Amino acid sequence: MAEIKSNAASVEFRDVTKVYGKSPVPAVNNVSLFVEAGKLVTLLGPSGCGKTTTLRMIAGLEMATRGQILIGGADVTQLPATDRDVSMVFQSYALFPHMTVNENVEYGLKFSGFAKKEIGERARAGLELVGLSGYGSRLPSELSGGQQQRVAVARALVLEPQVLLFDEPLSNLDAKLRRRVREEIRDIQTKLGLTVVYVTHDQEEALAVSDRIIVMNNAVIAQDGTPRELYDAPADAFVADFIGEANIFDCEIASVDEGLAKVRLGGLETELDARGMKPGPAKLAVRPSRIEIKPAGSPRTIPGRLDKVTYVGSDLEFMVGTEFGEVFAVSSDVDAPFVPGQDVGLGFAARGPVLIRA
Amino acid sequence: MRSREQSGGLHPTVILWMAVGMLGFAVLPWYGVEDGFFGLSWLFEGYPLEFAPALVLSLKGEKLWLAPLGLLMAAPLLLWGRQKSDPLFGKLLVAIGAAGFAWMLFQGFAIGLRGWQFGWLQGLFGELGDRQFGMGYGALLVGLAFLFLFSVGLAARGAVGGDVFVVSTIAFVVAAVGLFIFMPILQMLANALVTEDGSYSVTTFLGKLFSARLWSLDCLAGGSRCGVAWNSLFLAVLVGVLTTVLGLVFALMVTRTGFRYGKLLRALTVLPIITPPFVIGLAIILLFGLSGAVTQTFSELFGIQPTRWIYGLPGLLIAQLLAFTPIAFLVLIGVVEGVSPSMEEAAQTLRANRWQTFWTVSLPLMRPGLANAFLLGFIESMADFGNPLVLGGNFDVLSTEIFFAIVGAQNDEAQAAILALVLLAFTLLAFYAQRFWLGKKSYTTMSGKGDAGMHPQLPTGLKRAVYGVAGFWVAFTIFIYATIFYGSFVKLWGVDHSLTFAHYVKAFAVGWNEFGIHWKGSAWSSFWTTLQIALISSPLTAAIGLLTAYLLVRQNFAGKNAFEFGTMLSFAIPGTVIGVSYVIAFNVPPIELTGTGIILVLSFIFRNMPVGVRAGVASMSQIDKSLDESSLTLGANSWQTFHRVVLPLLRPAIVAALVYSFVRAMTAISAIIFLVSARYDMSTSYIVGRVENNEYGIAIAYSAVLIGVMLAVVGLMQLVVGRRNIGRRGHELSQSRTNVSQPAFSGGS
Repeated sequence: MAEIKSNAASVEFRDVTKVYGKSPVPAVNNVSLFVEAGKLVTLLGPSGCGKTTTLRMIAGLEMATRGQILIGGADVTQLPATDRDVSMVFQSYALFPHMTVNENVEYGLKFSGFAKKEIGERARAGLELVGLSGYGSRLPSELSGGQQQRVAVARALVLEPQVLLFDEPLSNLDAKLRRRVREEIRDIQTKLGLTVVYVTHDQEEALAVSDRIIVMNNAVIAQDGTPRELYDAPADAFVADFIGEANIFDCEIASVDEGLAKVRLGGLETELDARGMKPGPAKLAVRPSRIEIKPAGSPRTIPGRLDKVTYVGSDLEFMVGTEFGEVFAVSSDVDAPFVPGQDVGLGFAARGPVLIRA
Repeated sequence: MRSREQSGGLHPTVILWMAVGMLGFAVLPWYGVEDGFFGLSWLFEGYPLEFAPALVLSLKGEKLWLAPLGLLMAAPLLLWGRQKSDPLFGKLLVAIGAAGFAWMLFQGFAIGLRGWQFGWLQGLFGELGDRQFGMGYGALLVGLAFLFLFSVGLAARGAVGGDVFVVSTIAFVVAAVGLFIFMPILQMLANALVTEDGSYSVTTFLGKLFSARLWSLDCLAGGSRCGVAWNSLFLAVLVGVLTTVLGLVFALMVTRTGFRYGKLLRALTVLPIITPPFVIGLAIILLFGLSGAVTQTFSELFGIQPTRWIYGLPGLLIAQLLAFTPIAFLVLIGVVEGVSPSMEEAAQTLRANRWQTFWTVSLPLMRPGLANAFLLGFIESMADFGNPLVLGGNFDVLSTEIFFAIVGAQNDEAQAAILALVLLAFTLLAFYAQRFWLGKKSYTTMSGKGDAGMHPQLPTGLKRAVYGVAGFWVAFTIFIYATIFYGSFVKLWGVDHSLTFAHYVKAFAVGWNEFGIHWKGSAWSSFWTTLQIALISSPLTAAIGLLTAYLLVRQNFAGKNAFEFGTMLSFAIPGTVIGVSYVIAFNVPPIELTGTGIILVLSFIFRNMPVGVRAGVASMSQIDKSLDESSLTLGANSWQTFHRVVLPLLRPAIVAALVYSFVRAMTAISAIIFLVSARYDMSTSYIVGRVENNEYGIAIAYSAVLIGVMLAVVGLMQLVVGRRNIGRRGHELSQSRTNVSQPAFSGGS
């Protein structure tokens, strides 16, 4: 019985730029990145940020206008998709509708110089890996969305590519299935030690599956780090707001002392990690869940008035009017007796606020 | 990296094309073989000198100008051991390919029937004392080899992502279109300047171009007739407008009135498409001519004096409306169905009533379809040759005028070329006007998202009018076809109405003799030729059309717009013009094809290619591009992707292109009337001959047989090519088949 192995290799971009046609704005602007072998790295960003273009350049479906692309240390910048050892799982799955599941999975193997017998065995192993043994003779149209998705994964896996690419693979699945499939993908990835580059615009999905996340915005990398780094220490307001939600406050750094900054926000003063910033205007990002709603006038709070209180089952959501604008807060204490119109005080949980550049 | 690196030696693709080129240069006869392209007698006669390959000729010291080609063909050996990524690899191949191809063209055109063609060459090298012959297999293979070596070189230099298959295909299509569309048209232009004594004169040309015969406006001032050009233009505009209106009426009836017999109507509209072009004209004569059935009945019942009113504009208009309305219908039904119901529903929820919705939303969204339908009707009418020949009377039009300029007593090629130019100018103007009118607005209403909803019904008044017009048209069509069928059994129409099989027997009698079946009937020869030519040309047409569509939809390359324009241009060139230009261009070396079957095949391929392109483009745009891309990332190259993924999914388009080009080859008349020869006579020109001799019985019987044969072959093609097996989605995709086949029926006749 053949077994699916991994030939995981690293991916590296060196100052890669992609300009479509005569467009004045580059789709990807001078991006450098490195994906270590055997890791799952997510490209995350709003639509039009260049993440899919980046992915397609790894695949060889788009050619870089400038810069260098390396896979496993070898320069593949000029190689077309056919000649790169990269497989891709498409958003639409792109299963060939006129071929059976088996034929689909065997498709790439046929061009890889395997013996006929081995092709069959590898295809079987691939289908088994995704839990679809026995579905080989069906047509893609006879499978459910989740099953089609797994066929697409099997088809890419059996080639034992150096890099496996996923282009928003879950966007066509319903919410419950999404959670399960993403765990399956992560399981297979860790089990086989694959290098995976994964594109999504869903930050929750990205946080859940990734070893590392590369956030892109306006054709450049906004931040590159582990899920926790991105969440707890966003580099700028965009990342703070894109990864989870964040309230952004204008604040003032009064002084910095040994990495600790004295921050003034209205009448409130706190000490925070300075993150290399100097005294002057800055911004403060605070997660909604790290804002505490307290009775009006409590110490170390800023005053506000509850505009809206929404019950969403597991949480209560608040919109609070303050001198800094609307603030969004979430509390899991659903039994708290708050009503709209009430005056409250907003406090920040420890480790809650993060300083970011103005 | 997938392990694909070659180990030393030459690149396999280069070896392949060198081998092909060497086969052409050293083994096969360089010049055309007398007994036709498929004649192989030279094989058994031990290479007589005139069938010798270029290598032998050169060694014997003859046609020394061919020798450089051999050297160039061997030149890729210089690349021994070099990798594809080596910059020299690409540069050298490009240089070799370009030089070889250019030298072939140069020697082809520089040396003519009587030695040097250009004075300066004579001055340079003196009298040649030798002549050129038409090129044959050898030349063909060598030319192809140079072309593809050039492509491999370009690909190695990084053109189109370094894809050899795509670059080669582009080069091939460009070369083919250049050689068989642009070159003939240019030669025709040059010929239009030639005077009777063989010199070039612009004044004579202008005199002929602006002659009163073409442009007189006498009829407006009370005179008897107008210029031929005005006649053609007037008729074409009229036919274009009316077929568009009628086509729209039918399309609306099928989609917007809850009409239940849509399938029947569609079947009925196929009839005129598989009908040889002048049969309807004939039927109209049988009914409304001097001794026509309807004319006689009226004169007996009401004492109306029979006249020849039907000859001229009225008859032409009726015949062309009957023939071309179905084409407009097929174009418009796709468009009318394509208008997203949610647009119309949105208009209605915004308080527009049904009339307002129709005028402000539905109709404007159909604009591309309307423009297309008009253009088709216009070009078809311009190029129509059969009906004016039969029904024209004193109403002369350009197409028949061109014909008589060539076959008439004067045999004036220059005059024919000038007339063809005028015709071409009209159709190209219409082509541009259409593009201009549509502009850059987007009329895309198919979003690809779920599109539930219902088309609103037509307003009641409009619905009644639509039913009335359609009902009349259908009744009239059935009447016409019944007449054709009946007429083929009548002894002598208008004189002796007894029934007989005599016409069928005369045309299609079969007997036995010592060699087996003896095809006694007079029509058999042209019938077999037609079938053979149609069967050869239709797969070739479909192939080049679909390849071109693949390039247009799926690939991006420099000059794509020009490429698209070039391939679609022949769509606006009337068949008559193609016919004349082929006669002029391929009568003399280097490409000497007059009187062969090849010229017929070629004319069909390039006449009907735009149809294959459109069918391919329409259905390829419906296939998600990620299918191609996933195939590429799975390691298939672009040829494997085309062959294994795109083609199988394109089957409906293949059927449409095959069926259409086959039917067109069987029924075309305007181009081939100039190209047929005694040996390669076609059904339609044979029938025209019978009509000219007033043997209407045989003409009609033959046409009836052709209609039957076409129905059978079309059915067979559907079976052979088959359907895509894609399970559930098959249903949804088969819905799109109307869209796939709708652009199929376009182009001049």
